[in-house]
Amino acid sequence: MSLSPEQVKQVAHLARLSLPPEKVEPYARQLSNILDMVSQLSSAGTDGVPPMAHPLEMVQRLRPDVVSEENRRDAFQAIAPAVENGVYLVPRVIE
Amino acid sequence: MSLHELSLRELGEGLRAKKFSSRELTQHYLGRIGQHDKALNSFITVTAERALAQADAADARLAAGAATPLTGIPLAQKDIFCTSGVRTSCGSKMLDKFIAPYDATIVQKLDGAGMVMLGKANMDEFAMGSSNETSYYGPVKNPWDVERVPGGSSGGSVAAVAAGLAPIATATDTGGSIRQPAALTNLTGIKPTYGRVSRYGMIAFASSLDQAGVVAHSAEDAAVVLQAMSGFDPRDSTSVERPVDDYVGALNSPIRGLRIGLPKEYFAEGLDPGARACIEAAIKVFEGLGASVREVSLPSSPLSVPTYYVVAPAEASSNLARFDGVRYGHRAEGVHTLEELYKRSRGEGFGAEVQRRIMIGTYVLSHGYYDAYYLKAQKVRRLIYDDFRRAFAEVDLILGPTAQSVAFKLGAKTDDPVAMYLNDIYTIAANLAGIPAMSLPCGFHQDLPVGMQLMGNFFDEGRMLGAAHQYQQATDFHQRRPKGFE
Repeated sequence: MSLSPEQVKQVAHLARLSLPPEKVEPYARQLSNILDMVSQLSSAGTDGVPPMAHPLEMVQRLRPDVVSEENRRDAFQAIAPAVENGVYLVPRVIE
Repeated sequence: MSLHELSLRELGEGLRAKKFSSRELTQHYLGRIGQHDKALNSFITVTAERALAQADAADARLAAGAATPLTGIPLAQKDIFCTSGVRTSCGSKMLDKFIAPYDATIVQKLDGAGMVMLGKANMDEFAMGSSNETSYYGPVKNPWDVERVPGGSSGGSVAAVAAGLAPIATATDTGGSIRQPAALTNLTGIKPTYGRVSRYGMIAFASSLDQAGVVAHSAEDAAVVLQAMSGFDPRDSTSVERPVDDYVGALNSPIRGLRIGLPKEYFAEGLDPGARACIEAAIKVFEGLGASVREVSLPSSPLSVPTYYVVAPAEASSNLARFDGVRYGHRAEGVHTLEELYKRSRGEGFGAEVQRRIMIGTYVLSHGYYDAYYLKAQKVRRLIYDDFRRAFAEVDLILGPTAQSVAFKLGAKTDDPVAMYLNDIYTIAANLAGIPAMSLPCGFHQDLPVGMQLMGNFFDEGRMLGAAHQYQQATDFHQRRPKGFE
């Protein structure tokens, strides 16, 4: 399995990662090597094997539908890169 | 003996007998960090002021007779655990300026027991690495040979403990990040059963695999701290509601009658002959103590590395989507659109290994590839789990190597991600299955430590720690310390 530079650019876009042009080719080579190693999986017979998402056979715990967290808006906004009047600042999204 | 050569039990006895105070003990360790850590780079942040305040509180608690066995004893916290008011970087530029607004559950628990945090230990970026060379804060050096890696991702935790800069440290293990570095630095490190220790406030890498534990000089030290860290936590949705066994009490269980399985796949090609000789000698010690040994088979284990490098990156790509440059973490300057803000903040904030794993994870989850990669890997994960289920019907513990060889040179594998990934060939299966596993010292090859791995059935940490402790009563490898850090 090998990934072309074009595929790497597409995956980086989906993952919202900017890649400098000079890194695309080395990443394509390294990611192809990783996928080559991963391709050993196709040798395993898995007909009828249920997929395992998680090591424990457990179901999601439920709790009473009551507020359990205190409001810590100020503490959380204090660590944001850009806030103003209690809102997070981002570049303009609507022209 | 110097303070930094004492066990946790001896430190606790000394504190309660007022032979030394927690402040003196803490100052001793802070002094050693100042003296030795330039050579090792094991701490990202040293929290001296906070440590001395905690030490004074511990001394007051000791004087009032309200101490736990851990009150006044210092430790290093891996920088993956959120510590309120203290930078929590996860080894990444992304979180270089992140001051956590809350404590991880295990930080709360160990603070509550009266332990003193010396600082935050260096680590591979977002715990992705096997050599501690992916840290934004630079590589950590192995105290046994500073030209070699300490292993990873918990490289700072093990280097600090091995060199006597902290008596014990927390660590995390997603595919071997406690056990492989412990093996490479002559320490005892344990990854408990998935769900045994709370993941709340532990920065997520691969949520179905991540588990916290400790690295220590002995199974006895590890048992005391693991006991205090473990337990149900309603704030972690995968925390297990089940009482914690008495790990300290289990240390003195006799080995006689213990059935130990040797997985033939773990002794096949690839294991360095020097490491193999140490492990075979350790098997003889267990037999001498009355254990019975037989071969077992884990036939799907050769597929554990490829399975892991689908499952872990897939979960990581999803977990790390939270870093958006908006709410916390690194934000790129001079961008004009929201998409550019995301892309440049993430492009600048994440290092190369993290970017590789995000891209692999995004690829294997993308339309058209999901079945061939992700679903297939989840099915093979079930085969790996079934191997262990069958083996534990026949034996109590599984014993094998932790790593293929001793610590390698810095830079030896940084250009070849696949070669780096193969470092975890013996450790990954335990994470995929969710079972507890540990590494402990079993000898030296070319003057460098060799570790062996014990794996146990679900929630069988006590039996594993007991076997390790009995082995450590019969051997002295774990007591050896690296030269130059006396």
